[in-house]
Amino acid sequence: MEKTIFGYVWRFSRRQQITMTLMSAASLPFLYLFYEVPKTIINEAIQGVGVEYPLNLGEKLTVSIFGLDIPLLGPFDLIVDQAPYLFILCGIFLLLVGVNQGFKFVINVYKGLTGERMLRRLRFELYGRVLRFPLPTFKKMSQGEIIPMITAEVEPLGGFIGDAFSLPAFQGGYLATILTFLFLQDWRMAAAAVSLYPLQLWLIPKLQRKVNLLGKERVARVRRLSDKIGETVQGVQEAHAHDTSNFVLANFADQLFWIYGVRERIYRQKFVIKFLNNSIQQLGPFAFYAIGGYFVIEGQLEIGTLVAAIAAHKDLAAPWKELLNYYQMQADATIKYDQVISQFGPVGMRGPDYQLVQPDDLSPLSGELAATNLTLNDDQDAPVVDGVSLRLSLEKRYAIVGSGGSGKEELTLLLARLLDPDNGNLNIGGNDAALLPEAVTGRRIAHVGATAFTFAGSIADNLFLGLKHRPLAPADYDEAGAKQRAIYVDEARRSGNIEYDLHADWIDYAAAGVDDAASLRQAGLVALKRIGMDEEVYQFGLRGTIDPAARTDLAEAILRARAGLRQHMADDPALLDLVEGFDGAAYNMNASVGENLIFGNPVGDALDVEHLAEHPYVLDVLEQVGLTEQFLSVGFQVASTMVELFADLPSDHELFQQFSFISADELPDIQALLQRSDRANLSALPDEDRGRLMSLPFKLIPARHRLGLVDDDLQDKVLEARRYFAANLPDDLTKSVEFFDADKYNASANIQDNILFGKVAYGQAQAADRVGVLISQVVEELGLHGTVAEVGLSFEVGIAGSRLSTAQRQKLSLARALLKRPDILILSEATASLDSATQAGIIDALLADFDGRCLIWAVQRVSMASGFDEILVMRQGRLMERGSFAELSESNEYVKEMLASE
Amino acid sequence: MSLNEEVELLRSIPLFANIEPSKLKLLAFTSERLAFQEGQSLFHQGDIGDAAYLVVDGTADVVIEGPDDTRITVAQIERNAFVGEIAILCDVPRTATITATSKLDTLRISKDLFFRLVNEFPTMAVEIMRELAHRQEQSNLQLTKANQRIRELENGAG
Repeated sequence: MEKTIFGYVWRFSRRQQITMTLMSAASLPFLYLFYEVPKTIINEAIQGVGVEYPLNLGEKLTVSIFGLDIPLLGPFDLIVDQAPYLFILCGIFLLLVGVNQGFKFVINVYKGLTGERMLRRLRFELYGRVLRFPLPTFKKMSQGEIIPMITAEVEPLGGFIGDAFSLPAFQGGYLATILTFLFLQDWRMAAAAVSLYPLQLWLIPKLQRKVNLLGKERVARVRRLSDKIGETVQGVQEAHAHDTSNFVLANFADQLFWIYGVRERIYRQKFVIKFLNNSIQQLGPFAFYAIGGYFVIEGQLEIGTLVAAIAAHKDLAAPWKELLNYYQMQADATIKYDQVISQFGPVGMRGPDYQLVQPDDLSPLSGELAATNLTLNDDQDAPVVDGVSLRLSLEKRYAIVGSGGSGKEELTLLLARLLDPDNGNLNIGGNDAALLPEAVTGRRIAHVGATAFTFAGSIADNLFLGLKHRPLAPADYDEAGAKQRAIYVDEARRSGNIEYDLHADWIDYAAAGVDDAASLRQAGLVALKRIGMDEEVYQFGLRGTIDPAARTDLAEAILRARAGLRQHMADDPALLDLVEGFDGAAYNMNASVGENLIFGNPVGDALDVEHLAEHPYVLDVLEQVGLTEQFLSVGFQVASTMVELFADLPSDHELFQQFSFISADELPDIQALLQRSDRANLSALPDEDRGRLMSLPFKLIPARHRLGLVDDDLQDKVLEARRYFAANLPDDLTKSVEFFDADKYNASANIQDNILFGKVAYGQAQAADRVGVLISQVVEELGLHGTVAEVGLSFEVGIAGSRLSTAQRQKLSLARALLKRPDILILSEATASLDSATQAGIIDALLADFDGRCLIWAVQRVSMASGFDEILVMRQGRLMERGSFAELSESNEYVKEMLASE
Repeated sequence: MSLNEEVELLRSIPLFANIEPSKLKLLAFTSERLAFQEGQSLFHQGDIGDAAYLVVDGTADVVIEGPDDTRITVAQIERNAFVGEIAILCDVPRTATITATSKLDTLRISKDLFFRLVNEFPTMAVEIMRELAHRQEQSNLQLTKANQRIRELENGAG
């Protein structure tokens, strides 16, 4: 990148800068006229000094250049009197106001756009560089440093870039114009007006240099601060686990203190500069009054000239101030640019072509992978991989064994071209690996490390990520969309950004060996199955929701599964007790009273199942069917029972959380409530107490709580309330509840609940497990397993895959690597976080899959290597020996030692 | 069956006989009522013990699995039997498998709750000791019988 900001600005916005300067220059004559016209109005039109009326405008507006008379109005005579002349001049003045403001507007907008585009270009360039950093750079540079550099630190540069050339040109030109004018009028006065400029020009840069140094320090400190914040966010668990919050806070406060110190000094310096500037500026009038005044008294100077000089000096102040401001801004921008740029060119950074170029030949790699004297040093120049030479067939499966620090992990990174060797060559299938672009290495080779990263998005997004190299099929746009897209492309070009359309279809179906999205999902599921994650994705699918309007076929299939489940239960008496299905005409003993009343799923927040007793419509329904009294009475009994059962327990007892209807904090209140209420006349209680009692029965589940309070009479009344609730639902609630309907897919419930269409019964041993098996059985019978699993592909994995377990994230990354069908699959302890059974399954599956293809696996335990064609033994960065597992486990002492210790 | 009936049932068992009714109610309320189908197991030998069971209704076999898949039914239990307490008392794996031989209705008492009750009611601890001692005596008796039988067999053979 360009060494200075001016170099950068000149290179990428030369045309714009020149245009802006020209526009500024073009505006100067009008600005000059804007000051000139009022003078003419006062002198000629009002006072009539130096003109005679009636006035011939044709003659007046004739300028003579090089002795040639050019009449501006053409060969016309226009005779005007004094008053019309005044109005004509005032009209011109008004016109000039418009012209000047128009110039300002156009220049400012142009300036702003240029600055923003340059900022966009700069950010894109920096981000692109981050992508090309050699991996070890990230050991020294944290995201806490990189993020503010690309976001906040370069932000003010955008504003400066617009001004970089045009402002000094414009204000300088302005200043020069006025100075010329002044010198022409009276050279002594003009010289007096600028006599202190040299002092300012000498002093201010000196002071500014100090500010610049402080500015540098401030940037560095703020960077460290954001680094600290990033670190805290990542390690917050440790801070809690060891009660180090105060230490962390003190550390942060310490950083803030130093930043404050730097800023304080900057402020002082800045205001010192301002103070000196302004003071020197005021020395001008002082000189005029004292020296000029003395000359006037002595009769050596006209009073008019002195006044004119003072006025001119005032006019000079504005552009001069602008220039000095610009100087400070420029100094600030230069520091920021230098400090950012210096961080974005680490040694060993790859060229832009490495990522952008896509070679024509992307055919599969074949032959050999040959490394010669491959060496990699750590940041202390100690070899991590030390002169490794090897030839590997691309048709065999290799295991690399060795202890933690043996260099096997780094070797896999070198072989996958993720790290560049400090020494030595790598040749992959006859190509010099150093010259291979990412388009080859990233598609023909797959590498999965011990903790692969999962991106926010769905499982499918993550699974298919390895197939998104370039947009392949353009997105379909309507007219407006196409227009928008054209603007997008145009803007991207103007700021040197990538033009690729994010909304195009990026997926390289051919790479996965499929034709379309549907078969790709199938291939994705196959890859997941191979890695042993199919069952988990199927479970995600069961817990996923679908839009029945968009997937009518699936919704219907789920309804068939619902019927299938019922049939199974009807056929097998042992299953009959497991699920109590929803029946509009029957009370469900395994659902709460509230659920029985609503008999549907709340949608949105309007109806909160936890707080039904607070909802006016629900209370109205109870009142209408005459349940209010009964609810109060049942609530009273529940409260009494809870007080009886839990009163003696310590308030933090877990039984409270698990079983009590009333939290420990509420218990004393409820106790008091019970004591002051008259059981026979509960309606007389104040509203708040009634509300409390009313809320309790909603939570009762007869089959679970067995309190014997939900008797037949209450059940009948709740059923009546259920009917009334549905029949009289107010309009504003119709969208807030989706009623259970045996013949309809319930969009607000997940697939599993739609199949179940009821409640898993309480009190049946292993009911949940048995129901799960039953559902799977039904799903399998209807051939829906794959479809449900496909729904599971839409499961959102959360930030960095936080909703998945470590093992699931790892399995997903492995499946992602398999899906793109690499010629060489390189794994580095990729299954270390999985349990040994899953791991063994994956080893078997991959060994079978890669029979005749190239698999290179740095395994964490030697015993895992038994099924590979060959094993490579790494020790202290060197390739110690290679051979078959059978051989080496007999002959190699080091391997024997490692095997013995496992 | 409602909570009050369960409390009555608990009171009829010697182990809980001396515990005040409100505690028994808490025990019943916080315990899970669990039904097993014929052939289902309450737990398997070797499992980690997390609860004891009170048989409310039905019958079950207590089976000890020996080496080589030998299975010996050491006892049959029925209504009011309290089983599974050894594993939670001594923190040892389940010493036997219990399998329902009819539809079995139980009350599952979790380990935490059980310990809480034992701590609060020494009489319950005494009851448990009594029960264990009784079982020990039974075992001794069986052991003596078995020894005698072995001796007989040896003598017969010799």
